[in-house]
Amino acid sequence: MRRAPSSVLGLLLTVGLATSPGRAEELKDLYFGEALYHAHQGQFFEALERLDTEIIQYDELDEPELDTLYYHIDDAEFSLGDFELRYRMHHRAGRAIKAVLEGAVDEVIRNDAAYRLARIHFQKGQMADALRALGRIEGKIPEPIRDDIEFLRANVYLAEGRPEESVDVLKRLQDSDSFGGFAAYNLGIAYLQQGRRQEALEQLDRAGQISTDDPAELAIRDKSNLVLGTILLESDEFAKAIPYLNRVRLDGPFSNQALLSSGWASLSIEKADRAVVSWSILAEREVTDRATQEAMLALPYAYGRLDVHGRAAIYYGRALDSFSAEIDKLNESIDSIRAGKFLEALIREEIRKDKDWVIRLRSLPETPETYYLMQLLASHDFQAGLQNYLDLADLQKKLRTWQTSFDSYDEMVDIRLDHFDPLLPDVDTTFRELDSRLRLRTEQHKMLVQRRDDLLTTPRPEFLATREEQALLARLEDLETGLQGTDSSLANSLRQRIARLKGTLTWTLETEYHDRLTRFDRNLRELDTAMAVARKQYDEYVRSRQAATHSYTGYEKPINRLRVRVAKATANIELLMARQGRLLEIVAIDELIVRRERLEQYGDKARFALADSYDRATQAQANIGDPQ
Amino acid sequence: MSRIGRIATITLFTLCAAATGNAQDISGKEMKSLDGQVQEIKSDVLSIASELGNLEERLLYPSNTQVAVFVSIEEDDTFRLDAIQIEIDGELATHHIYSFKELEALQKGGVQRAYTGNIVTGGHELRITMKGKHDNGKDFTESGSFAFDKGVKPKTLGITLAGPGLGTNGIRVGDW
Repeated sequence: MRRAPSSVLGLLLTVGLATSPGRAEELKDLYFGEALYHAHQGQFFEALERLDTEIIQYDELDEPELDTLYYHIDDAEFSLGDFELRYRMHHRAGRAIKAVLEGAVDEVIRNDAAYRLARIHFQKGQMADALRALGRIEGKIPEPIRDDIEFLRANVYLAEGRPEESVDVLKRLQDSDSFGGFAAYNLGIAYLQQGRRQEALEQLDRAGQISTDDPAELAIRDKSNLVLGTILLESDEFAKAIPYLNRVRLDGPFSNQALLSSGWASLSIEKADRAVVSWSILAEREVTDRATQEAMLALPYAYGRLDVHGRAAIYYGRALDSFSAEIDKLNESIDSIRAGKFLEALIREEIRKDKDWVIRLRSLPETPETYYLMQLLASHDFQAGLQNYLDLADLQKKLRTWQTSFDSYDEMVDIRLDHFDPLLPDVDTTFRELDSRLRLRTEQHKMLVQRRDDLLTTPRPEFLATREEQALLARLEDLETGLQGTDSSLANSLRQRIARLKGTLTWTLETEYHDRLTRFDRNLRELDTAMAVARKQYDEYVRSRQAATHSYTGYEKPINRLRVRVAKATANIELLMARQGRLLEIVAIDELIVRRERLEQYGDKARFALADSYDRATQAQANIGDPQ
Repeated sequence: MSRIGRIATITLFTLCAAATGNAQDISGKEMKSLDGQVQEIKSDVLSIASELGNLEERLLYPSNTQVAVFVSIEEDDTFRLDAIQIEIDGELATHHIYSFKELEALQKGGVQRAYTGNIVTGGHELRITMKGKHDNGKDFTESGSFAFDKGVKPKTLGITLAGPGLGTNGIRVGDW
C-alpha cells in the first residue's frame, strides 16, 4: 500500500497512529477504544483525557491482570505518548515514549517507540539525541515504518552536516513506495552538500523525471526540476537551465517560481521573446505572489529589450497601478491585524472545520492580510505558534464551559440536600426499628438452623413437640410432681394414667419424629428464602440511604477546588494567548512590511522605467515621423 | 534589474533550504519559550479535565444507577452507518447521526460512547435501530431488542454493528 508523505518538503515528517491503535487484535477494553475513537478524529485532548484516566486507574489496581486494559496496556501506554505527540505536548510525549522504551515491551513496540522519540528530537532540532534514539532500534522493525525510520535517519544526517552517511541511506530508499520521490530529491541535496555537483545534477535530473500520479510526489518532482534549473541559472548555464524549468508543471505549487526563472534564463541568452511568453503567463496570476509581482516588472523590461517601448510603457503603467493598489491593501492589512481581526478570524470555528482552513481564510472579506501571509502561514515556526494559539483558544473555551457548570453542580447538590435532609430523620427512625427487628429475627433464624443441624445428628423428639403437646407434657410433669410422697390407690391410679398419657405422647413424638423433622426443615428453608428477601431489601435500603447521602455530601470541597483551578488556568491561558497572539501579529506585520517595502522599491523602479520607456517610445515615434 | 530578479530567484532556492523546510526565522526563541508554557498549561487542563470527569461521574451517574452504552463496528465491515437510535424500556435514550470522520473512526477500531444515563436496578430492555447504506448505495434499517439486568455496579453495554446480510447478527450487544 502506498502512503503519501504529508509534506512536499520531504523532511516534514508525518506523525500517525502507525502501529498502536488499529484493528490488529480484538479490542477488549471499551475505554481504550473510546480514546481511539477520539484520536482517529483528531480530538487528541479528549483522547488523552480518557486514556490518561484509564491508565492511572489501571496502575492503581492490585490485580491488573483481571482488568480488560491488561490485554492492551503496552499499546495503551504507547498510544498515550503518540497522542501527546500529536497534541504537541512534546515534553510529556518524550517522557511517555522513554517509559515505553525502558519497559519490558515487545521488540516491535520498542522499536516503534524509539523511532517516535527520534522524530520528536528531530522536530526539536536535537539531532544528536535523534541519532541516539535511532541507534536503539534493533531486531524486528515494524514493516509500515521501516522506510520512515531510514528516511528520518537520512534527514538527521543531512541536518547534522553528514552528507556521506545520508547518501548511503538515501541510495537504499530509492525504490521505496512511500519515499521514493522524496529520497531521490534528498539524495540530490545530499550530493550538493557533499560538494559532488555533477552527481547532484544527475540525481536531481532523475528525481525530476519520476513517474507518479501522487500529488505530493508530483510536487517534489517539480521541486527537483526547479532546484536543478536554479542551480544552472546561478552558474550562468542559462540554456541548460531552461528545459528543467520548463519541466515544472504549470498548475503545480512551484510553477510561478519556475516561470519567473525560465523568463530570466531566456532573457540571459537574449531570447527576450521567450521571456515575454513566460512572464505574460505569470503576470496574469495571483497578484499577491512574489513571483507574479516580479514578473509584472520583468515583462515590460523584456518588451523594452525587444524595442517595443510603447507596450513596455503600458505594462509599466499597469504594474504601477497594481503595486499601488497592493500597497493600499497591505496598509489595510496591517491596520486590520493591529485591530486584532487576524486573530479573530483564525479562531473562527466554522473555518477550522475545513482541513484547508488556512486557504479558506482567503475567502473571508474581513481578512485581506491572509493573501500576503500564505508563505508565512506555511512556515514551521509560525505554524507552531499559530497552532499553539488555536489550542489555547480551544482550552479557553473548554474552561469557560466548565466554569459555568460549577454553579449548576452547586445548585444540584443544594436541591438534593433540600429534598433529602427533612426526609431522612423519619426514614432513619423507621429504619432503626426495622433494623432491630431484623436483627432479632436473624438471631432466631440462626438458632433454628442450629437446632435443625443438632437434630440431624442427635434426634430429640421432644424438641419437635407442638405447643399443645409441650403444654400437655408440662401439665403431666406437674401432676407427677404433685403426686410425689402420696401413697394411695387413687394416687397410684393417677400415676398409671399419667404414665399412659406420657407414653401416648412419647409414642406420637417418636413415631412422627421424621415427618416432623422433614416439615421443620421445609419450613426452615422457606424461612431462609424469606430471610434472604428481607436481607436483600435491607441491603437495598442501606444502599439507597447511602446513595441519598452521597448525592449531596462531599462535593463542596472538590467543586470549589476545581473552580479555583479552572479560574487560575483560565487566567494563565488568557495571558499566554495575549503573548502568543501578539507575537503572531508582530511576525505577520513584519512580513507585510517587508512585502510593502519590496513593492515600494518595485514601484520606484517601475516609475523610472515607465518614464524611460515613454521617452524611448516617443523617440521611436519621432524617428518614424522623421526619416532623416 | 535582471540581477535583482536572479538574486531573488536564487536565494529562494539555494541548496539546503529545500531539505530542511522553509522555516523562516520568526522570533524563534520567543516562540519556543511560549511553546514550553503552552505544553504546561495543556498538562494542567488535562489534569483538571480528569478530576472534573470523576466528579461529574460521581455526581451525575452514581454507580448504582449508571448505565453506559458503547457502539463499535464489526471488523472489516464496509457498510455505511448513517444513524443509530437507542431506546431503553421504550424510552428514547439517544440518537446519533454519523459524520464521515466519526464513521471512519469507528471503522478504524474506535468505540463511541453513545449514551450514559441512570436506570434502576433490575431487568430492562434495550432497543437499537440503525440506519445505513449497503455497498451498492441502497438504504437499509435494522432493529434489535435485547434484555439486560442492571445490578448495583455500573452497567456497561457494548453494541457491535455489522452490515446487513449477516442475518440477526447485524446488531450484537455484549455485557462488559
